[in-house]
Amino acid sequence: MSVTPETVLKIARLARIGIADSEVAPLAAELSTILGWIEQLGEVDTQGVAPMTAVIPNHLAWRADVVTDGGVQAKVLANAPDATSGFFAVPKVIE
Amino acid sequence: MMLTDLTIAGMKRGLAARDFSATELATAHLSAMEQARGLNAFIVETPEIATAQAAAADAALARGNAGPLAGIPIGIKDLFCTESVQTTAGSKILQGFIPQYESTVSGKLLGAGAVMLGKLNMDEFAMGSSNETSAYGRVISPWKARNSNRELVPGGSSGGSAAAVAARLVAGATGTDTGGSIRQPASFVGISGIKPTYGRCSRWGVVAFASSLDQAGPMARSVEDCALLLTSMCGYDARDSTSLDVPVPDFAAGLTGDLRGKTIGVPKEYRLDGMDATIAALWEQGLAWLRDAGARTVEVSLPHTRYALPAYYIIAPAEASSNLARYDGVRYGLRVTPPGGNLADMYSATRAAGFGPEVKRRIMIGTYVLSAGFYDAYYTQAQRVRTLIARDFELAFEKCDLLLTPTAPSAAFAFGDKADPLAMYLNDVFTVPSSLAGLPAMSVPAGLSPDGLPLGLQIIGRPLDEAGVLDAGLAIERAAGFTARP
Repeated sequence: MSVTPETVLKIARLARIGIADSEVAPLAAELSTILGWIEQLGEVDTQGVAPMTAVIPNHLAWRADVVTDGGVQAKVLANAPDATSGFFAVPKVIE
Repeated sequence: MMLTDLTIAGMKRGLAARDFSATELATAHLSAMEQARGLNAFIVETPEIATAQAAAADAALARGNAGPLAGIPIGIKDLFCTESVQTTAGSKILQGFIPQYESTVSGKLLGAGAVMLGKLNMDEFAMGSSNETSAYGRVISPWKARNSNRELVPGGSSGGSAAAVAARLVAGATGTDTGGSIRQPASFVGISGIKPTYGRCSRWGVVAFASSLDQAGPMARSVEDCALLLTSMCGYDARDSTSLDVPVPDFAAGLTGDLRGKTIGVPKEYRLDGMDATIAALWEQGLAWLRDAGARTVEVSLPHTRYALPAYYIIAPAEASSNLARYDGVRYGLRVTPPGGNLADMYSATRAAGFGPEVKRRIMIGTYVLSAGFYDAYYTQAQRVRTLIARDFELAFEKCDLLLTPTAPSAAFAFGDKADPLAMYLNDVFTVPSSLAGLPAMSVPAGLSPDGLPLGLQIIGRPLDEAGVLDAGLAIERAAGFTARP
């Protein structure tokens, strides 16, 4: 498995992580090594084996469809880098 | 004997007998914490909270309505949200984050009367096996190899918890275990730690890494102390959809160390080529100790063991890439906006500046294996292999009640010794399979390496058989008579 610089840039964009040009080559090498090692999973015969979806068989609990929380706007906004008029504020997205 | 040397059980007896007060206990530990700052075990110290909680514990003890952990000084891993106390998960991206609520597990411990000394350092987002990935500086193990001055890793990711318990700065600590993050550091510093069955401890308020694997558990200096903490940490929580609604036994009261009628399995696939001779001998010794306690031992097979690590390094990064998408600079944590940058620029600049190299690496691996065209080949295949690994354990448990293995393939190593990410991942070879299967597993100190460094043995049990795991742990603890200390 060889991860190309183009693939590194594509993954970084999907993950929304900015990377410097100087980081691309080292990351390509590291990811190639790790993904190459992971590829050995392909040799396991998993025909007819269901993917695991729960560690311990457990039914999701039901509850009445009622409001159980809320009215904590100040707490929700307490850690916001930028909160304005009771909202989270972000850089302008529409010109 | 110094107050800081007591076990939690010993502290409970002393507090009940009025030999000392919770305030004296807290003062002794706060002083130890200050003197050991060089270990960098704490990210935040909370002496004011500890002093107030100790006073409350003393009052409750005087009234006769004290909780089961009244006055016991503990540390909380920085992955648990603590109301009004900074919680960073070891990451720069959460620097200054002050939770407005308390995690279920830390809340239950404090509700039982425990006294919080501070927030313990850890690998960033629990991704690491050496504590070298923390954004707040590495934790240094209180241990040194004989005739060496090299600083050693405390293990990870619960390295601050391990170092603080081993150095007697706290009586016990919370850890979390995704692929071995309680057991491996416990082994490296000569203490006990148990990861309970997935779903025993609520994940609510625990900063998420890999949600199908993350599980909280206690770390302490005796098996009984782990049992005391675990009883208070477990329990159903409607706010965690994977929380198990099952009764929680009094684990400490049920401890006997009697293994008569029990069968201990020895997984042959864990005998790795080139295994460290001391660890191999200690494993044999551990089996002999369990036979002395009344158990029978039998070889079993877990044929898919060698695929556990690669499966883990698909599943955990995949879940992490999804969980960590929330750190976008909008609702909490760091925000970096390049001059004139738009929203997308802010996301990528924030995440570039806020995450360390290992976290970025894992997010990128996770993003890759989940991306269009690769999902089935990587993620679905890993989840199928996970089914096979869990089935291996089910079949083994038809022939035995518990499994005994080494906890880690080596004693603690020095900083920088495992600079290659893959070499670091391989350190979790014995702990990852039981994590993938969600089984309870514990590390107990059993002996020393030729250099005088602690080595642990791991006990793995059936789902919900923490009591059986703890009993075998107690049998090893009694037989090993591990008294070495840093």
